[in-house]
Amino acid sequence: MSTLMLGLGLVIALAMVGAAVVALVTRSTVTAVLAAGLVSLFASVFFVVLAAPDVAMTEAAIGSGLTTFLFFFVMGRIRREGEK
Amino acid sequence: MIRKVVIGLMVALLGVAFWTLTSGYVPDAELNRTAAYYAANAESEVGAPNIVTGIIVTWRGLDTLGEVTVLFLTSAIIALVLSQSKTPKGASGAGLLPSGELLVTGARMLAPLIALFGAYVIMNGHLTPGGGFQGGAILASGVLLSLLAEPSRRFGHTVIARIESFSGTFYVLVGLAGMAYAGGFLDNGILPLGRFGTMLSAGAIPLISILIGLKVGAEFSSILESLHETEDA
Repeated sequence: MSTLMLGLGLVIALAMVGAAVVALVTRSTVTAVLAAGLVSLFASVFFVVLAAPDVAMTEAAIGSGLTTFLFFFVMGRIRREGEK
Repeated sequence: MIRKVVIGLMVALLGVAFWTLTSGYVPDAELNRTAAYYAANAESEVGAPNIVTGIIVTWRGLDTLGEVTVLFLTSAIIALVLSQSKTPKGASGAGLLPSGELLVTGARMLAPLIALFGAYVIMNGHLTPGGGFQGGAILASGVLLSLLAEPSRRFGHTVIARIESFSGTFYVLVGLAGMAYAGGFLDNGILPLGRFGTMLSAGAIPLISILIGLKVGAEFSSILESLHETEDA
């Protein structure tokens, strides 16, 4: 792995850890869900850097797409049921 | 206090475990025997430029069948558990908050594009990164987007269940046909390999990709729909 790739990988890894920490410590649920989705998004970029585009696609579609949407979906449901 | 110390200790232990795993890591200079076989014979045996799809659909096709089965079981169990608290028929759509204008308009524009992209990923699975599983997940996210945009909308349960069972049955039949007419279960040699690198090549891989894509998309959609249609008692 060249120095450039190593640096890129390091930046992405740090961003992932940062997003994960944000997801843990934030008070707002929306921010936490978005940060968790961001971890998956960075992970899929990382998979591309590591030359695994197939895995990256699955991670982007399921980890950062479907799961994030699902969280918002369920949050909308909870809000709606609460207002009844 | 003790809890925090224990948690810190666990995290430190995990860090040590990861460190010991990665500190001595040296990338392999050459492919190991299985990988070398795959890389050398992908063109002549399965005819797929994307070796990863060639492996997961043909050589390791049984694993993919297992994965799809696990997903099917998950969706069936979710439907079973949530069927206890299904929305009564007359009440569907009542009391739902309307979605925002932005979401409705955006979903109307994006949902067909997402479906098209899912179909593209499925069809080009043997040429470019992607394949049935990824494309199916993309299709399901299109369904999820339209569910978010129009909460009162109902998709046909029977249609999704039909697609799901049809593609599942056909997938296994294709596998059995491989056993009868080609090298073994899920062998893609039942159709001619065609010209390397074209859309309709690599034997049965595009067919199997379409079936996996439909099955995965239908399974995810049915999970989402079961979640969507539950109502608190």
